[in-house]
Amino acid sequence: MLEDKDRIFTNLYGLHDWRLEEAKKRGAWNGTADFIRMGHDWIIQQVKDSGLRGRGGAGFPTGLKWSFMPKEIGERPHYLVVNADESEPGTCKDREMMRHDPHLFIEGCLIASYAMKAHACYVYIRGEYVDERDTLQAAVDEAYAAGLLGKNAAGSGWDFDLYVHHGAGAYICGEETALLESLEGKKGQPRLKPPFPAGAGLYGCPTTVNNVESIAVVPTILRRGADWFTKFGRENNHGTKVFCISGHVERPCNVEEAMSIPLKKLINEHCGGVRGGWDNLKAVIPGGSSVPLIPRDICDDVLMDFDALKDVKSGLGTAAVIVMDKSTDVVRAISRISYFYKHESCGQCTPCREGTGWMWRVLERMADGNSTTEEIDKLLDVAGQVEGHTICALGDAAAWPVQGLIRHFRGEIEERINAYRADRGGVSMAGVAAE
Amino acid sequence: MAHRRPAKDQPQSFAWTQDNEAWCAAQLSKYPDGRQASCVIPFLWRGQKQEGWVSIPMMEAIARQLEMPYIRVYEVATFYTMFNLAPVGDYFVQLCGTTPCMLRGAQDLREVCKSEIGPEMQISDDGKLSWLEVECLGACCNAPMAQISTKDGDHYYEDLTPENFKQLLSDLRAGKEVKTGTQNPQRHTSDPEGENTTLTDPSLYDGSAAKPLETIPNSQPAPAE
Repeated sequence: MLEDKDRIFTNLYGLHDWRLEEAKKRGAWNGTADFIRMGHDWIIQQVKDSGLRGRGGAGFPTGLKWSFMPKEIGERPHYLVVNADESEPGTCKDREMMRHDPHLFIEGCLIASYAMKAHACYVYIRGEYVDERDTLQAAVDEAYAAGLLGKNAAGSGWDFDLYVHHGAGAYICGEETALLESLEGKKGQPRLKPPFPAGAGLYGCPTTVNNVESIAVVPTILRRGADWFTKFGRENNHGTKVFCISGHVERPCNVEEAMSIPLKKLINEHCGGVRGGWDNLKAVIPGGSSVPLIPRDICDDVLMDFDALKDVKSGLGTAAVIVMDKSTDVVRAISRISYFYKHESCGQCTPCREGTGWMWRVLERMADGNSTTEEIDKLLDVAGQVEGHTICALGDAAAWPVQGLIRHFRGEIEERINAYRADRGGVSMAGVAAE
Repeated sequence: MAHRRPAKDQPQSFAWTQDNEAWCAAQLSKYPDGRQASCVIPFLWRGQKQEGWVSIPMMEAIARQLEMPYIRVYEVATFYTMFNLAPVGDYFVQLCGTTPCMLRGAQDLREVCKSEIGPEMQISDDGKLSWLEVECLGACCNAPMAQISTKDGDHYYEDLTPENFKQLLSDLRAGKEVKTGTQNPQRHTSDPEGENTTLTDPSLYDGSAAKPLETIPNSQPAPAE
């Protein structure tokens, strides 16, 4: 188990004061100007050496992403935009970092912006996090008053402004280019790429979009050393990670643990185990609603990291572990996720706009058993036609949970269909799938 | 996609209060020259806080203020689901119904909403409450939960049960002070119920982490300037 001294977010639960003075006692803002004096390239190299992979879901190496920014500031300014639009069902980690450890995060924004030669950073926080936004803004005001932001930020010689911006309830704005559209005052509809944000992002300027956690861990990585961070987790999956465990466990919670921790250990040690014991486990969605679920037998020994979960055809995503025990109507649970994607589709691409609603309607009927076994194949086919055929990954995210359900629980759906037919003398009531 | 249309009955006009006008001016300074459209979401949100919902005259006023075509503001107001396009109750209950909350009993809370408030998106007879099932609000470790919005704030109420939720709604209705955040006395925020399994080492909080670093890790040799 990860020791407390190796945890980055020491105020994850808000048991201590988030304000500057107390945050400094916990180590925030310690040595910031010294790191900046080491230079842009040194910081990027440290982040590369630490093996940090983006914590927003895709797991792209953070240092590498930073290195895509132009080396010199040209005619257009550089921007760092922080994606704090945490909306992936199951995920509630960035919220805790912003309201309980805001100074670690603000310090990270300064260091990351400096590394990418940005003098301004926008934090795009989801609209619903109103109290969190107020706390973050208060922490930003405090940092300005203390000279940690603004001209010659933290005595580093770098001028830096940080602005808190907010959304208004659109999951799609967690997609980086939709977020940029939204920040520019438009509907949050993703842009076609290329050009990538590092070339033309916010206001057409070079921009990097990073998740809150990816940014907030950077100061501690620099303080402790990249080699400290690589001590945790398997090759290519290093570091510590905040896991959000929800659903049918005895004690749901957020917890910071080492990457590659076995799922079973994570649940048993920190959450008091699965409700009714491990044998009562049915399935787990290991990385937020977008990733396919994994059934109990895989859960027994799977490790919580990017590669191990990819090997079992799921993903680490945002490390939001949604646990379902045997009492769960798994078809209904996935159908509710499909409804979520139907609700959140931005409407730009036809396969997603139409496909998400279609999949949800079919799944709702399947949850009743009002379907046919052939329709399961049709659903799988449609999911495959949504996946990979849209501008952004929301289409994929809508298809994967459905594919995971059919992959692992096809038998259960068939049983339900058969039971429904038997009750009605062998006649299926299935209507036209697309209504 | 969520289908959203403005209310049939619209007010004649919209004007900012003096305080909000000053607030708007401060917001504009956050964005580069010519990029004032970035303020559209914050302005609509502020307008909603002022009036309780977003009306067409408000959209028109904000379009003029930000020098945007009206249709662009309309698009934004109808796209983002937090903008109420019709009046809501003084206490607007947004109940999370997505899977993590559903697994922990959000349907039971739906029933409480129906019995205590009435049909979805219909203001209760006393005008005080209305409710809506919304998508994941990002407090899944404290599921099930709801956000309750008033003119003064938008707070999360977490770890709800039908019993404490019923009590919460009736306390709000009676104008009583209520506790925000988790409603489980055994929890502080998103920590596990009861004893915490982590962050118990007192040396994290004794100030030792603030000691100046002796050397910067991996700083030798210093990079060439």
